[in-house]
Amino acid sequence: MTGDPLFVDGLSWAVLAVVVVKVLLAFTIVLVGVIFMIWFERKVIADMQNRIGPNRAGPWGLLQTLADGIKLIFKEDLRPQRSDPLVYRLAPYLSVAPAFLTFCVVPIGGVFADGQDGSVTLFGHTTYLQVADPPIGVLFVLAMSSVAVYGIMLAGWSSGSKYPLLGSVRATAQMVSYEAALGLSVAAVVLLTGSLSTHAIVASQAGSSTWAIGDIADWLTGWNVLRAGVVPFVVFCIAATAELNRPPFDLVEAEQELVGGFNTEYSSIRFGMFYLAEFMSTITLSAVIVTLFLGGPAGPLLFGPDWIWPLLWFTAKVLMFLFTFVWLRATLPRFRYDQLMDLGWKGLIPLSLGWLLLLGGLQVGRDHQWGQADFLLAAAGAGVTLSLAWSAIGLASKVAATRRAEGAEVAH
Amino acid sequence: MGYFGGFRITFRQIFGRRITQPYPAVKTEKHERNHGRHVLNRYEDGMEKCIGCELCAGVCPARCIYVRGADNPPDAPVSPGERFGFVYEINYLRCIHCDLCVEACPTEAITESKLFEFSFTDRSQAIYTKAELVVDDEGQPRRLAWEDWRDGEDLLTSGWMRATAPSGAADREGKAAWSAELGHGVRAPEPGQPERDGR
Repeated sequence: MTGDPLFVDGLSWAVLAVVVVKVLLAFTIVLVGVIFMIWFERKVIADMQNRIGPNRAGPWGLLQTLADGIKLIFKEDLRPQRSDPLVYRLAPYLSVAPAFLTFCVVPIGGVFADGQDGSVTLFGHTTYLQVADPPIGVLFVLAMSSVAVYGIMLAGWSSGSKYPLLGSVRATAQMVSYEAALGLSVAAVVLLTGSLSTHAIVASQAGSSTWAIGDIADWLTGWNVLRAGVVPFVVFCIAATAELNRPPFDLVEAEQELVGGFNTEYSSIRFGMFYLAEFMSTITLSAVIVTLFLGGPAGPLLFGPDWIWPLLWFTAKVLMFLFTFVWLRATLPRFRYDQLMDLGWKGLIPLSLGWLLLLGGLQVGRDHQWGQADFLLAAAGAGVTLSLAWSAIGLASKVAATRRAEGAEVAH
Repeated sequence: MGYFGGFRITFRQIFGRRITQPYPAVKTEKHERNHGRHVLNRYEDGMEKCIGCELCAGVCPARCIYVRGADNPPDAPVSPGERFGFVYEINYLRCIHCDLCVEACPTEAITESKLFEFSFTDRSQAIYTKAELVVDDEGQPRRLAWEDWRDGEDLLTSGWMRATAPSGAADREGKAAWSAELGHGVRAPEPGQPERDGR
């Protein structure tokens, strides 16, 4: 389990060519994916609102996104006079690049079942179906989602205008808050897998390759959704939605309050890049959820060539999450700012932190081959510690309340 | 409704009926009493009904009608009466389609069609002259290039609700009746609004 087998024989021009082909392929997949994702979102949300949705460009309006893109390219590119020229131009790229780079570490195919390691042979070279498999895999995902904050923050700041600035302040606070919950739920997965590599995470969830009732139970329990106990999965999904600034966490671009938020002053293709980045990260983060919790491309191999089924399973799982994101947007009203912060800091972070501790304790028990008595003892210890902590918190808040009341009396 | 009730509602809509019509391809049925652009009617023998009395212009709240009457030439009369509408213009940039002109007309000369889908590219197109307003020899409104005409849309063009028209007949009392429509005859009067509402 040491990285992509492509580099075993050292670098050569042929290896480099394979890498370039993989990069181009990944880029094309993501771009085409974005085009169809935007169409898909508009169609589904129209369906959910008893409308028809785009239907003019191409069959079923499939080419609508392309038409919009062409329109955006040819529109006038404005830059506000009081903006910071360099940063203003840089921000869209800072927004798009992380979205694409995250996708590079996601394994999108390859047979992992029955002890196979998910490698495929391309032009006589054995490799993984992901652009790169760095040993820091998941950390790279987290790092990229942090860089994406800069794109939005700098866009708002450099516009030299008040609404974008407000939007970017909200964005920074929101994304930083939810990154903690995101990281903690990823940590649970990493703890179970014992590796940061996305490839290793997928491999550790693999089951058998056949289509039988016993096998279905086998993969489902192998997937991290159940292995980590559903909580990290749920926390990750909520935090990911907040990270993406998608409804119901779209305070960053709340149209009704901020005229569009951080991208208010952007026009033409620079605006298009933000739009692209938003949908690209939606796809990418769905892919990351699938990788971390749903076994990536894992699934039964039915008929025909083996290599096609993992790709199909992966696509199907990602589509499921994309649909869920659209569904959330159609259903939920936007959070108020204090509710957003409450959910993040008082709900998700303590929950995922506690769950991580629980999983850690279980892992320690497994490593040291604890018996039932040891586990009971540990549980009792944890119970005592928790109740002590709980009463301490209760006492603290009571004292704080009395002090506040006294302070109010003095003020009168 | 619990936490997930809302999700069920939005999901159910996917299989529900679409309210939106794909407009240029499909048009919704127009209401029977829809007010569109005007037509100037003629009698069966081809005589114009307009007598140039200017009552329509007088009653128009938007002041969009301009009429000039003239004496009928004795050898080639345009209308059966003494005078006829010599100039007749309606400015559709001002018209509010209130139908007061239709009610004011003593001879049922002016009625409203169901056509409202204009796309003017010039101000002069918005001002309809008598040549554009008078129905043709079959009693059909004239097809103008900037109007969206489909087959069958000329039906019921000169039908109109008759409430307090000066030319009202005794048998129409309390009923909504329709003026004669050249090529389509006269539609049967309807019960009045209160009866229809069940009061």
